[in-house]
Amino acid sequence: MATKPIATTRSATTIPTGRLAIWWVLASEVVIFGGLLASYIMHRLGHPEFGDYASHTNTYIGAVNTFVLLTSSYFAVRAHNEAEHGRGKAAAKWLYLTCLGAVMFLCIKSFEWHHEISEGFTITKNAFWSFYYLAAGLHACHVIGGGIIMLIIAEDAKKNKELQRVELIGIYWHFVDVVWIFLFPLLYIAK
Amino acid sequence: MAQPVPEHADSNDAHGHDAHDAHGHHEQSFWSKYVFSVDHKMIAMQYMFTGMAMGIIGGFFSYVFRMQMAFPGHSIPFFGVVTPNEYNMLITNHGTIMIFWLAMPVLVAAFGNFLIPLMLGCDDMVFPRINRLSYQIFLLSAIVLIGSWFVEGGGFGGAWTSYPPLSAKSQYNLTSWGSTLWVIAVGLEFVAFLLGGINFVTTAMNSRAPGMRMFDIPIVVWMIVLASMLFMGSVGPLLAGAVMLAFDQQLGTGFFDPVRGGDPILWQHLFWFFGHPEVYVVLLPAVGIVAEIITVFSRKKLFAYKTVLYTAFGTGVLSFFVWAHHQFIAGIDPRMANVFTATTVLISIPIAEMMFVYVATLYGGSITLTTPMLWALAFIAEFIIGGVTGIFLGASGSDIYFHDTYFVLAHFHYTFVPIAVIAVYAGFTFWFPKMFGKMMNETLGKIHFWGTVLPFNGIFIPLFVTGMAGDHRRIHNYKNFPELTTPMHEMWREVATISLLVLIAFQFVFFANLIWSLRKGKAAGNNPWQANTLEWVAPSPPPHGNFAELPNCYRGPYEYSVPNREKDYWPQNEPA
Amino acid sequence: MSAEAKHDATTAGADPHEHDHIKHYTKIYVTLLVLFGISVLGPVVGSAVGSKALVLITAFGIALVKAYLVCAHFMHLNIEKRYIGYLLTTTVVFMFLFYAGVSPDVMEHRGRNWENVAAQQETLRAQREHALHPEGHGEGVPAEEH
Repeated sequence: MATKPIATTRSATTIPTGRLAIWWVLASEVVIFGGLLASYIMHRLGHPEFGDYASHTNTYIGAVNTFVLLTSSYFAVRAHNEAEHGRGKAAAKWLYLTCLGAVMFLCIKSFEWHHEISEGFTITKNAFWSFYYLAAGLHACHVIGGGIIMLIIAEDAKKNKELQRVELIGIYWHFVDVVWIFLFPLLYIAK
Repeated sequence: MAQPVPEHADSNDAHGHDAHDAHGHHEQSFWSKYVFSVDHKMIAMQYMFTGMAMGIIGGFFSYVFRMQMAFPGHSIPFFGVVTPNEYNMLITNHGTIMIFWLAMPVLVAAFGNFLIPLMLGCDDMVFPRINRLSYQIFLLSAIVLIGSWFVEGGGFGGAWTSYPPLSAKSQYNLTSWGSTLWVIAVGLEFVAFLLGGINFVTTAMNSRAPGMRMFDIPIVVWMIVLASMLFMGSVGPLLAGAVMLAFDQQLGTGFFDPVRGGDPILWQHLFWFFGHPEVYVVLLPAVGIVAEIITVFSRKKLFAYKTVLYTAFGTGVLSFFVWAHHQFIAGIDPRMANVFTATTVLISIPIAEMMFVYVATLYGGSITLTTPMLWALAFIAEFIIGGVTGIFLGASGSDIYFHDTYFVLAHFHYTFVPIAVIAVYAGFTFWFPKMFGKMMNETLGKIHFWGTVLPFNGIFIPLFVTGMAGDHRRIHNYKNFPELTTPMHEMWREVATISLLVLIAFQFVFFANLIWSLRKGKAAGNNPWQANTLEWVAPSPPPHGNFAELPNCYRGPYEYSVPNREKDYWPQNEPA
Repeated sequence: MSAEAKHDATTAGADPHEHDHIKHYTKIYVTLLVLFGISVLGPVVGSAVGSKALVLITAFGIALVKAYLVCAHFMHLNIEKRYIGYLLTTTVVFMFLFYAGVSPDVMEHRGRNWENVAAQQETLRAQREHALHPEGHGEGVPAEEH
């Protein structure tokens, strides 16, 4: 069953099918993270003591991670540029760099959480920390999932196959970056 | 968005031929044909039969608890004596199953998967493997749910709405494993439908037959696509909430615990922000199925295609603005209740408009009362009762009295049963010939129809009465409430239960019909109903790849009884 | 690691605008970094001078700008079909709708004829404890204690 259905190749909207699908994926992800973050913000604004709890997050680590993700987003769009011009091998290289950014992000986060947990700031400490770990954890799951899919796409791209998917995983990756762009001030800065 | 019939026509023919050959000469093993299929029709069947099997379980649960309601304390045949915890588990899982494991898989996933590629004139969904994955996750979710009933402590009994703190603390709900498995099952089901929805929306937007403009798409396809969009736009917060609830249950976090900085009302809002659009997620496909049937069996075009479409959009948008009418007496701010009363009463308007359009479609038509048509007509009549009774509940003032009584229950069964039972039977009997290549037995079909619809009213009209007379919901044994144990109350409860028994008995007629028709039904041919839409162009049942030659589309789907034409129907794929 | 070095022989007819693409992406990236820097320093300055407005504008205002840049230029929403942007905006609007409908109950701890006594007490308790132990790690009720 390796052949694609003709349905996949049609494009009545003139948007390629894969890209159209990714936009819908993003739409549903916006409401997942949006619902979670809206719930967090309500608690945050309604419980002034959260400001004190949040003072124990490490803004500088959060900032480093923000830089890492921004840079990996840049690498992802460079990969897209290569793929657009049919240069699969180059696209794959940029994708590997993006994945490296993902790994760095996760390592830094593990280090950060390890430190926080050993200081007693666990997920059950209070509602602020519950939201903190859940929101950042959900985001991290998306980083892991995205990274894995990116590696799979890079494998194909290396052989100049399915190059259109480079753009698609890029769009997903930029979304993961945008979520972090909002998570960073919400969890680390607003104290 | 008018599209000329493009040059694609030739390349499609060429591809169609190649694709057909490539697909057609594969000897598939049992496993790849039936279990691991990526063919949308097989996946549709998988969803259909899993959904119906779960529906049987959900129906069995309702048999048990209705028997308990009418004859409290007795040993129920095939179950035994119903303890309070078991009662709670039965009502919780009845609701959960019927909505998430019957209505959604059958109406959205089964009919969506089967019809969308066929009605759009293409050979499959755009992402067949994601399609298969969505079913696999769905099946897993059903297994997890069923598993939740057999773990220590038993199945979750905190109602399908699962409000904390009851649902969050096992010291209250007594089902520490069952409650978490329930949450996980629901979460997995959401993921399955998010995946499936992407296929439906993308296929409908992109893969239409050459020449098929936006307003040439059959209404049922629009409705299923809109339903998918509504689902995708509303389930997110609840998916987040489900994780929060599972963490509260297992990790001891306090998302919904005010003493820990959380809030139980947050759960209610997360749940109903999704829960209300969800009812339209299941309503819209049902309404779409009815549109297809009434046009075919009145040989008349849909009275106002665009109106139906725009009212469906309007309903969809408005459905995001009404959710807290489920929470009028939960402790929400009363000023919010005013807002939600206004929006709730407003939303009845577009749906009523849709019903009016359907009646106008029937008016003056050349009506044949086949089994599918009977089901479709019953949908309209019964759903209107449901809708009208919803007004009493949407007005916050009267809801103060009605909330949590059987009046609510009767209202939502007058909407849900038409959606999940009547429209499903309508669609099933209508497309059975296409799905299986045989005609169903009309006599058995009609017996089944009357034996279902009449008892259905016999169940729920009494429950309006007892609800107005004070019967609370979710009560294990009314003998604990002397003021609700009058002869009148007991009589109506018994009438309701006996009607349910009659309804259940007649479902065996359906199964007999199913088996008989599959073995001895008349060969259906491509287009036994002489309908216009593209699925009737394909053979019955359609082979892998659906069409020998992918069709083009030349007109809208409801060109019936067009003047100056010999035939009273004009298939979409016939050149002008 | 310049794009020219990676130029593959298989690319026939190199895109004359390609250099502009890379320059463009790089420009956006640098802009993002600058904005990021301001968004980190701004709150530091803001809390030092006690200006909440400065903190909020630099943290969240810039987040909005950065998000816009990533969406428009990296996701190419600026050249995508318009309705895709409308779709995504609609989902964001739904989140505002959700916020508007829920915050009167969850964010507020009192309203017309109701008070969330448990939440108010928890806030008081936490603030009292913070006043007693400003540097301490003792906030939050441990799970076992109730």
